[in-house]
Amino acid sequence: MNRMRYECGVFHTRYASEMGLRPRPLQRIRLVLIAAAIVVYPFVANGYWLDLANQVAIATVGAIGLNILVGYTGQISLGQGAFMAIGAYSAGLLTLQAGLPWAVGIPVACCITAAAGAFFGLPSLRLKGLYLAIATLAAQEIVEWLMTHWTWLTGGTEALVLAAPRLFGARMNSPFVFYWLGAALAAGTALFAANLFRSRMGRAFVAVRDQDIAASVIGVDVARTKLLAFATSSFLVGLAGAMIAFYRNIVSWERFTLETSVVYLAMIIVGGLGSVRGSFLGAALITLLPALINNVGRAVQETAPQAAGLLPHVQHAVFGLVIIVFLIFEPRGLSKLWGNVKDYFHVWPFAYRKG
Amino acid sequence: MADFLQLTVSGLGTGMIYALAAAGFVVIYKASDVINFTQGDLLLLGTYLIFFAVAQVGLPWSVGVAATILLAVAVALAIERLVLRPLVGEPVISMIMVTIGLSSILRSAVSAIWGPAPRSFDSFLPSGDIAIGPAVLAADRVLSIPIALGVLAALGLFFRYARDGIAMRAIADDQQAALSMGISIPRVLAVAWGLAAASAAIGGVMLGNIVGVTPNVASIGLRVFPVVILGGLDSIPGAIVGGAAIGLLEAYTGTYLGHGLNLVVPYLVLILVLMFRPYGLFGKEIIERV
Repeated sequence: MNRMRYECGVFHTRYASEMGLRPRPLQRIRLVLIAAAIVVYPFVANGYWLDLANQVAIATVGAIGLNILVGYTGQISLGQGAFMAIGAYSAGLLTLQAGLPWAVGIPVACCITAAAGAFFGLPSLRLKGLYLAIATLAAQEIVEWLMTHWTWLTGGTEALVLAAPRLFGARMNSPFVFYWLGAALAAGTALFAANLFRSRMGRAFVAVRDQDIAASVIGVDVARTKLLAFATSSFLVGLAGAMIAFYRNIVSWERFTLETSVVYLAMIIVGGLGSVRGSFLGAALITLLPALINNVGRAVQETAPQAAGLLPHVQHAVFGLVIIVFLIFEPRGLSKLWGNVKDYFHVWPFAYRKG
Repeated sequence: MADFLQLTVSGLGTGMIYALAAAGFVVIYKASDVINFTQGDLLLLGTYLIFFAVAQVGLPWSVGVAATILLAVAVALAIERLVLRPLVGEPVISMIMVTIGLSSILRSAVSAIWGPAPRSFDSFLPSGDIAIGPAVLAADRVLSIPIALGVLAALGLFFRYARDGIAMRAIADDQQAALSMGISIPRVLAVAWGLAAASAAIGGVMLGNIVGVTPNVASIGLRVFPVVILGGLDSIPGAIVGGAAIGLLEAYTGTYLGHGLNLVVPYLVLILVLMFRPYGLFGKEIIERV
């Protein structure tokens, strides 16, 4: 029993067991509980909460993708919206114009986005830090312009309307059906990212972030690694874009503006840079925050109807405030907060804590 | 020819407003290496404050302009003290995100107070037209050019002769040496934000006169990036030249090429400059290459 409960009671006798993703029994139990919760959720939740869960799933995929680039490789990107747009538009056009089935269209769209990401990552070979941020900002503006002006391809400011694809015989854009796809893709992405950073490639990303010169001295090809990071990240971001396209059945440039880039950056800042768990927590918080404010606002409205017009402003202001508060008080985000809580209970009731 | 002259003047007029916003950006970057996404929102604040002072309170315009500048400076000082100072020395991404967060708050505060609908007030810049040769130019646009140049020249003189201006250059040059000579970095940061807000407020006042008071003004904040990269991130003359160049480029491409190209050409220029001359036209050549 003791060995089940506390980490200090677990002794690894083989390297394989120590290097496992979830080496401790308690972690495995938690994993099973989470999986069970994910399976039960859609049968309990109503349409509104199911829709929110789907949004969180999409945001999780996108945030993990962005975190690979920004949090793990240290390449600041303000072009998230642009990459999501490329994923969404190519998924949409491939199924709509080229007539591919969605199961083929999505991976192809992801590959197209990865190629585009590597292309827009080219400035990173010469630029760092804020100069790279400004270059990706320009890329975002250029893609936004292409979306609205390249009319024969994207439909311009008119939205691209897709035929609802079918999944197990049901329309994919119903929240209940999409939930399974969304949850599977989000879980798969998280598993992929968690494993990526135990591999040679993922460790090279981190080495480039921490000290690029030192990384090149120990044999990491910095240029190749940076482009790979851009491509890997964009692949997942493109996946998030394609998920939006099929969930909403509509691809419109308004979903992929600079504001989108900012929202996703906020997710990984609030969740924790360089953390898969943080990407999920941040994606959930930033996605659910407007809904939460909405619900609070509706309650307030009943007592004070004149406050109704203020709601969108409050949402924006709270969004900004959350970013600032996290940056000042917990720059390592929700992931660190969760870690603090865990550390506290780790050897409870003893006072000793690691770190 | 008349068209060309007209375009040139209106392009320069827009460019000078870009230059005012860019100058504030440059001042903050010089003093603290922060790239400031709130510059457009400070402009926005300027247009709404002058609207508030002149149209809603009914102050005479000279008092209104002074009040606008003072209030904008007060807001900027509060921002610097409460938000930026605790974050001194944090990585680039934090500084970018914190100014983005601030921008979100400022923008929602302005639209919560004044609403999303466009407003207007009686312009106090001379209306009417000026005929220069064959071209007929709007007087307020022509006049905005010398006003902006005057403000920017004053900023240039400040850096050359004022004690705080010299201190700011010293900090930009070598922070440790400046510290050991007794220069107070918090003070210099506060002065930088104050100056940035003042120049943005003047830009906002001019915008309010020329194009009216709308929430769209904030989008000029993004136009600042092509301007400062072209001119050099740490150069006030660069902001003027870059602002003029981008303003003219937008005016010419918008008219002669069409297709909304004026919206994207500044960013293409930005990418080209970053690839071939990342320190811009007048910036210091100490860019960290990879």
